[in-house]
Amino acid sequence: MYGNAYIETDGSKVHSILADEDPIKLAEFEARIAAGDKIEPKDWMPKEYRKQLVRMIEQHAHSEIIGSLPEGTWITRAPGFRRKLALMAKVQDEVGHAQLLYSAAETLGKSREDMVNDLINGKSKYSNVFNYPAPTWADSAVIAWLIDAGAIVNQLANSKGSYGPYCRALDRICAEESFHLKYGHDNVVFLATGTPVQRQMVQEALNRWWEPIMHFFGPPDKASQHSEILMRWKVKMGSNDSMRQTFLNMYVPKIWDLGLTLPDPNLRKNEESGQWEYTEPNWDTFKQVINGNGPCNKERLAVRRMAEEKGRWVRKALLSKSDAYVTPLA
Amino acid sequence: MKINSLDPRISRAELDDESKIGELHGSEHFQTYEVFQQIKRGTHHQHVGNVHAPNAEMAMLFAKEQYCRRGAAVNLWVVKTADVFVTEYQDADIFETTEDKLYRDPNSYKVMDRINAFKARTNNA
Repeated sequence: MYGNAYIETDGSKVHSILADEDPIKLAEFEARIAAGDKIEPKDWMPKEYRKQLVRMIEQHAHSEIIGSLPEGTWITRAPGFRRKLALMAKVQDEVGHAQLLYSAAETLGKSREDMVNDLINGKSKYSNVFNYPAPTWADSAVIAWLIDAGAIVNQLANSKGSYGPYCRALDRICAEESFHLKYGHDNVVFLATGTPVQRQMVQEALNRWWEPIMHFFGPPDKASQHSEILMRWKVKMGSNDSMRQTFLNMYVPKIWDLGLTLPDPNLRKNEESGQWEYTEPNWDTFKQVINGNGPCNKERLAVRRMAEEKGRWVRKALLSKSDAYVTPLA
Repeated sequence: MKINSLDPRISRAELDDESKIGELHGSEHFQTYEVFQQIKRGTHHQHVGNVHAPNAEMAMLFAKEQYCRRGAAVNLWVVKTADVFVTEYQDADIFETTEDKLYRDPNSYKVMDRINAFKARTNNA
């Protein structure tokens, strides 16, 4: 489950990004991508390509791990045995997705241990939505439906990107996410077509999650030459706003269809332009939360640290001195 | 401060919200294994990805969890990544002449023209 990458285009000029790259190799690399070919781990690639991909895939992997925490909260209290089984399967899927993604990032030269270190020490980011709590069962339903839906919009786009290992991981991930989406939709529909109390519960959850969902795709991109290059290299597959539009277009009608409302009086589709109009969510809140001041940032990292700490003796006991780590192949 | 969570299991763990643990070290790396899955008897095993594991038995266990969660699979191989020999993409030219060797291609053998010509010749004779 992941929104759009928080690619920090730091305003560097194009010539400084490409400064010490071999022009012939760079031209070959760009021609390969333009022809629709994939880049594989040991191919030559510009430093900026490697850097942004590591950052992006790593954030994605962390998001899968941390994203399973708010939902995991509800496993013990899921209403009914079937839902409990389904939720466990979903949470297991998410953790599995992280494994696939860490492997893809490793092929670019950053070890899994370094990535885990950067996560638990707060150096790496993960998707902002997971810093919010899931106070009711309906919240877990809204997460499973709409956050996963947003993730699918993003992941489908990224699976057409240029880096082979990331695309292959995303193909597997998208196949599993389709179950999450159906499962989440089923849960929301069950509540929305239920008793008045159930309807109210799901409406309140939707109200709580609307702003995080709008934040999910990231702030509007500033047009820059840097992001143009990342688009040309098929690292970034669409602007944050275009992903948000795709999501709104697919899911707002489905939400309204259930007689539910969204807490934005300006939300409507402009039939002439085909674009959705909405109130910009508060991007200061977004920055606050991403920098560690959200309601659950501390808890998420503390739980992740606990897992690392309590699992350490098991990993140590299993290690054999003669075993040497090698970067995975593909 | 102790973390007070919506999840009672986490509250019971009495986690400190500022605790820091030491960094993991390179020596805590498991090896990687490449995973090959056979979907159905009679088909080839196909590479599907890799897992980190301390030994082959656990690699097998992780591979089953990771790559055989849904749909059919009848067989699984795991191979230490370090034991796989690979070609480099930059050496892809070693395969270049393969497609030029048309004498190994059944479609490059066309005999009907000759047979027809021969028949026409002998019938007329």
